[in-house]
Order: sequence, then C-alpha cells, then structure tokens
Amino acid sequence: MPKKDNPGNPNNPPTDPTPEPTPEPTPTPAPSSGNIIIDPVTRIEGHLRVETAVSGGKVSNAWSTSPLFRGIEPILKNRDPRDAWMLTQRLCGVCTYVHGITSIRSVEDAVGVAIPDKARVIRNLLMGAQWIHDHIVHFYQLHLLDWVDITSALNADPTQAASVDKQIYSGRNRTAAYFSGVKQRLQTFVGSGQLGPFANGYWGHAAYILSPEENLVMMANYLEALRIQINAAHMHAILAGKNPHPHGLIVGGVPLNKDLTSARISEFASASNAARDFVTTCYLPDATWLAARYSDYATIGGSENLMSFGEFPLGGAEPDSLYFPRGAIFNRQTGSVQPVDTSQISEHVTHSWYSGSALHPAEGQTVPNYTGINTSNKYSWIKAPRYQGQPMEVGPLARVMVNYGKGHQATVQTVNAFLQKAGLSLAGMYSTIGRTASRAIETKIIADAMGSWISQLTPSMQTSEMPFRSTFTMPDAGAGVALNEAPRGALGHWLNFSGGKIVNYQMVVPSTWNFGPRDSANVPGPVEQALIDTPVADQARPLEVLRVVHSFDPCIACAVHVFDPRNNQGVEVKAI
Amino acid sequence: MKPDDKLEQELEDKIDELVTRKGVTRRDFMKFCGLMAATLGLEASFIPRIAQAVATAPRPPIVWLQFAECTGCTEALLRTADPFIDDLLLETVSSEYHETIMAASGDHATACLDNAVSKYAGQFLCFVEGAIPTANGGTYGMIGGKTMLQVAQEVLPKAKKVICIGTCACYGGLPAAAGGLTGAKGVKDATGISTVNLPGCPPNAVNIAALIVNYLLNNQVPSLDRFGRPSFAYGEKVHNKCPRRGTSWCLRGFGCKGPNANHNCPSVKYNGGTSWCVQADAPCKNCTTPGFWDISAPFFDYSGNY
Repeated sequence: MPKKDNPGNPNNPPTDPTPEPTPEPTPTPAPSSGNIIIDPVTRIEGHLRVETAVSGGKVSNAWSTSPLFRGIEPILKNRDPRDAWMLTQRLCGVCTYVHGITSIRSVEDAVGVAIPDKARVIRNLLMGAQWIHDHIVHFYQLHLLDWVDITSALNADPTQAASVDKQIYSGRNRTAAYFSGVKQRLQTFVGSGQLGPFANGYWGHAAYILSPEENLVMMANYLEALRIQINAAHMHAILAGKNPHPHGLIVGGVPLNKDLTSARISEFASASNAARDFVTTCYLPDATWLAARYSDYATIGGSENLMSFGEFPLGGAEPDSLYFPRGAIFNRQTGSVQPVDTSQISEHVTHSWYSGSALHPAEGQTVPNYTGINTSNKYSWIKAPRYQGQPMEVGPLARVMVNYGKGHQATVQTVNAFLQKAGLSLAGMYSTIGRTASRAIETKIIADAMGSWISQLTPSMQTSEMPFRSTFTMPDAGAGVALNEAPRGALGHWLNFSGGKIVNYQMVVPSTWNFGPRDSANVPGPVEQALIDTPVADQARPLEVLRVVHSFDPCIACAVHVFDPRNNQGVEVKAI
Repeated sequence: MKPDDKLEQELEDKIDELVTRKGVTRRDFMKFCGLMAATLGLEASFIPRIAQAVATAPRPPIVWLQFAECTGCTEALLRTADPFIDDLLLETVSSEYHETIMAASGDHATACLDNAVSKYAGQFLCFVEGAIPTANGGTYGMIGGKTMLQVAQEVLPKAKKVICIGTCACYGGLPAAAGGLTGAKGVKDATGISTVNLPGCPPNAVNIAALIVNYLLNNQVPSLDRFGRPSFAYGEKVHNKCPRRGTSWCLRGFGCKGPNANHNCPSVKYNGGTSWCVQADAPCKNCTTPGFWDISAPFFDYSGNY
C-alpha cells in the first residue's frame, strides 16, 4: 500500500521538534485521493523519490526529491583544471563521456585553444555513440515496461505476433518460430518461480492496453536491445579505450594515435551501421507504434518551456556551426525559437537542502543542511535552475522542437513522418509520448548523420607526434564555460582557476533542470508541472505516474553535486 | 548407458538448450568458458567443469545495492560484448533486487528486497555499488526513507557474501576523495563487514563474471590480496603485461601509473576485448588502488609531454 504523506527523518525520533509538513489541503480522503510516494523510483540512473497528491483520480500536486548528495564540486577544488574531466566524468556512468568532454571544453575555452578538426570529428562520433546508446537503453530497458506487460506477452500467439511485427515495420521478417523462442525465454522466468528483475511489476494493470502479441513483439526487442546497445559501447572503446568512462580525451583534442588504423575505422563503421539499422527497423517504429496506441499520453505530461544548448559542432564557430542548434521555446511556441543568453540562468535553493537561498544570499551558512523531507519547505538535494526566471525542460523533446522551430531539415522530415504515422498533431509533441518519441526521432537523425562523420575519419600516421591535439601554454589563472547537449539535455560547466588550481567549479546539468524542486517563487519544476492532471487509476499501483517520470529519463547522480562550502548561497551562475 | 554417460548426455542437452536459447553457437559458449578459465588462472582442463557449472547450476539469488554511485559499474556489466556475461544478471543468476533494471518501483521494489533478504537469508550474494555516506547520520544518502548506511547494516549481515563492485564500494572512491563532505566510505570501513573487492572505475565485467563463475564452481571465495582483491584479477602489475612496455609507445613519460597499478587490463581489456586505456593512448590512472583520486593526480604528466 502507498505510504501516506511523509516518512520523516529517520535520524529524528518521533518527538523531534522538526515540524511535520503541512498537509496538502486535500478533500476528505476518498479512494481516488491522497498522497502517493514512489521511493525508490527504479529503472533510472541514481536515486529518486516522487510524491504526488491525487485528487479525483488525477494528480493535483507533485514533488520531486533527490535523496543522495555526493558532493563532487568541492572535491574538484584545488586540482589541476586539466584533471577535472576525469572526475566530472564520474558524475554519471550511464551518460558517461558527456561530463568529461564538457569539462575539457570549458578548460579549452579558458585557455583559448582551438582543437584540430580531426579531434572535433572524433568527439562528435563519441557523443553520437553516447546518445544512441543512452536512448536505446532508456526506451527498452528503462521505459518499455511502463507500456508493455510481460505477463500478457506469455499469452501471445507467435504466428500472430509475426504478423503484428510486420505491421509495425514492414521490413521485418521475423518468423513465428522466432517469437516462439522469445516467449519460451520469458516463460523460463515465470516457470522457474524466480522472476528476477521482472518480479512485482504492475502487471495486469488496466492501463496496459497492448494485445498479447504486441507485448511479445516489444519484449523481443527488449532482448534485442540488450545486444545492440553493446555496439554503441564498442564504438567508445574503439576511439577512447573503454566504456563506461572512456579515457581517450585530453585538453586540446584527443590522445588517440597508434590505434586508429583503417581496420579500426571499419570496425567502428560496422558497429555504427548495426546500431543505425536497429534504430531504423526497431527503435523508431516501436516508439511510433506506442505513440499511436497510447495516444492519450499526447495530452498528458507536457511542460511549457524548452531549452537546448545545441550540439555537434560541424566547424569551429559556436553556436553557428552546431548541427543541432541552440535555442529556447516559451509557452509551447514552436515557431518562435529564442536565442539563449546564459547570463539569464540562476539557481534557487529555497526548497533544497542547502543553507541560504536566492532570497537570503549572504546568510553565510557553510554546510549543506539536511532537514528531512518537508514538501512545504525543503525536500531535495537538487537545486532549482531557472532561465529568465522560468523553469525549462531540457532533453530530446527540447532539442527536437528547437530544431523543428528553426527548420532543421532532417528533424522536420522525421517529425512530420512520425506525426502522420502516429496520427498526432505537432501540439501533441508537448507530452509524455512526444518526449518519448523525440528521443527515438533524434536517435534516427544522429545515427544517419554518423555515416558522413565516419567518412571524415582518417587513419593516424603512426608517428609519435599527437596528430589529434593542439598544443597550448597553460595559463596560471583563467575562467571558462562550455555548453553541450548530453543525452538528457542541456549541460553547462563553468570553472575558474588561479595559481594553476581550480577555485570554483559549477555544473548545471539536464536532470537539475528537469527534476529540480520549486523555486523561490514556489513555482514547480518541469517534472512537477508535467505530472499535474496525470490520471491515476489505482493509487497502490501508480503506473501512470511512472510513465510521465520515466519519459524524462531521470539521471539523478548528475543532478546533485552542486555545492560550494564557502559560498553556499542561491548560486548565480556567472556567464563568462 | 552407464551412469556417467547419462550425466554427460544430460549436460550436453543442457548446453544445447542454453546455446539455442541464446542464439549462439556451441563454440561461442566454450569460448566463453575458456575466457573464464583463463581469467581465473585455471588450466584448460577446467573448461568442462565451468561449462557444467554455468549450464546446470541452480540460479543463485543476487541482491545488488546501489549507494553513492554513478551506475557505471552496473553499466560495465550490461555493456559488455560477450553474449554470456550480460545474461549472467538476467538468467544465470536470479537478480532479486537491482534498481536499474527491475520492473518494480517504490514500495513494490522495497518488498522485493525485503522478500529476498528473508527468503534467502544466508544464501544470497550481495553486490554493492557505490560508497556509503556516513557523515551527518548518513543522511546524505537515503533510499525509501532509510539511510544507505541503515540499508547496508540491515541487509549485508544476512548475505552469504558481500561483493563490492567498483572502487567506491571497495574504498570510498570519488565521493571519499579529498574535499568530500559526506563522510563517504567503502563498505568494510562503513559497516565492519568483510568483503570481496572488485575495484576499478569501472571494474572489468569479465572479472565480475569470473567471480560469479568461481562461485558456481567452488562455492567459495577466491584468494584475496591485502586490499581484499581476488588475486586472479589483481595479482599482476599493469606495466608488466603492457604490450607497450619497452617500446617507443610506452606512456611512462606521459604520467602512466601502470607500474604501480594492479589489474589485468592488458590481457582482458574492455568491451569484449576491444581496447583499454593505454591502447587509446590514455595513461593508466591506477583506478584499482584505494585513494587513487588523490594518489594518482595529476593524471597526466603536464610538465613534459603534455
């Protein structure tokens, strides 16, 4: 059964004077009303707690909480700026690489070094591989079980499943025998009585609407995706040594040299092509099919404002050369993409477990301040970033809509084809299903683009020089910024250093934008807003809430790290 | 048919069933068993016994806890290329609790953990990923309303064996590096419970698999060094086996820590034997040693070649 309201602080005995949270003004308790706490939210990166108030069978209020604080930023202080990327990369082992490259680019900005074009190509390929990997794993391993009932798949007729398979994508030629094998493989879990990772799901929930055959086809691709995602990791290993946490990076370029032979480039191309084929024949068609079948989720789970920093530099000048452009959209006005001015970013801590706040910037508290979960006051380790004072959703939906609004050709074509097949309108993109589809749409666009980038790779000359790196003289002091797009959205690193050591290092990351709590004006964050009006049929099994939360692809280890012990106020991120 | 023949036939059938189900060849399977034997330092004569253990062992229950971590260790396992290693979590073992992959959420997930711990008390293998925050009463890390320290103290004593995956769980790792505020510690330091340690950032999935195979084979812990690391994977210096040793491509002049690092990277490599740090011209960071984030910095020799 769902817990009612607040679990309190386990370190405080019941008599502790810590004030209990003010109960939400919910009406008389009824079967369709009350608070639902999901803790832990699973199938995500990191640790997340989501609380929703339900009234009349719909979510009326929501609170997003990160319960883990690792404190990486103070650990970065006093280190050589050129070392920082090794540590920041460990913010996250799921979206590995992205915090490494963003850190390196912030140092390159500070020292003013331009990287060789060949290094830029390698970095784009590494980032592209990372998106492909992340998105495939998110859709199949982390999100699919919100839409697909594995127990229903066991009732499927394999012959009919083969026919459904072909309806989803006409180029598929999988046989009844294939689906019979998949079914048997799934059956071994149920038959053994050890359900393993599939135990205790919300199986049989009325909100699962797919036929047994559709469920079986989707589960078949769940298993196929486990295989194919390995290709994307393989690409990282070829160009950067290993994955997770590739080490083939360095300030000024990439160190790769001896191992980049023409055979290795072919190996990379074949892994990339296999991933692209999977995206074309499985991922995008499956996401489109789900969008058509769950079209009610085209009006559930939207947010108002979107922002993308842009990604994939095709030349030296940024943001002009970015393949995915930079821009912001307010109030769902897709046709009116605004430029991004990073001086307009600020972070609020009114509802986060830190002393000080945007309202009281100089209170001088020097330690994080955990006070237990109190949804009317402080309830998360995540801060609340705002752009021009507004909460902004970042990630695949933001990128795809910014691209669309700016007339990015591949995006316009892919989105229009998707909308037609799914029977949705552009307005329907601002939703749970639009967000989930956007991830597949941009994966297709990048997987296609990778081919031309690979053709720009040339084997190293096998000399001891470092052909993919620019040399530079490291200044004693400096400040830099880098804006990137991680798989989950807009990512910024800001650093300054003096005496050759880091003085301050700040990161504003995608899940901070999406999963942050209320700000100083008590305005909820994007996920908290998106959850409003989500229907909840069965409070003991809040499947619908998970659908909305998972559509954002939470990456919480990334989101919580921002803390400066000497200056722990509502941190204004300085545009440099 | 003699009893021995019958047993052998049963094993053959099991292996056939396994390879058919996975859509790979028998040769692939025997290759995997060979890799496991090589990693464990066993002679080739052990390969049939490994095949038997993997194909026929009852699925041992596994609980995988995640504390102050980045999920890179889990991903290391999921992203490996061998068709049998990623299946270890799904099929060879019974993964009773693993937040990254489990279908259940919230109370339903917590129920999975509670059930596994009581049903398999003294039998389950407990894998831990991530350090345990201990400062401020452990409140820097909470799961389901409990501190991570509480969860560890409740679950770990009931495990048959606790296996730390990655440098954070083993020794504190990144959140315990200089400047850290959360009092993050490795599992043994935080709880006093003895552990088998598989450090690395991330550790190599082949070594995780080999440890599980060793368990299926012998039902016991392999020999460990003074840092609690299995000798089969951490018994040799990286530099000693490095193919660049003594060549003009050696990275010692770039700050490589290979001469101090204990790990089997040069022979096993990562992502299905594709590459490793030095092969990509990235100096070794000695990521398997306690405190490496402080000891190994700076990670490159910036005074000379960089």
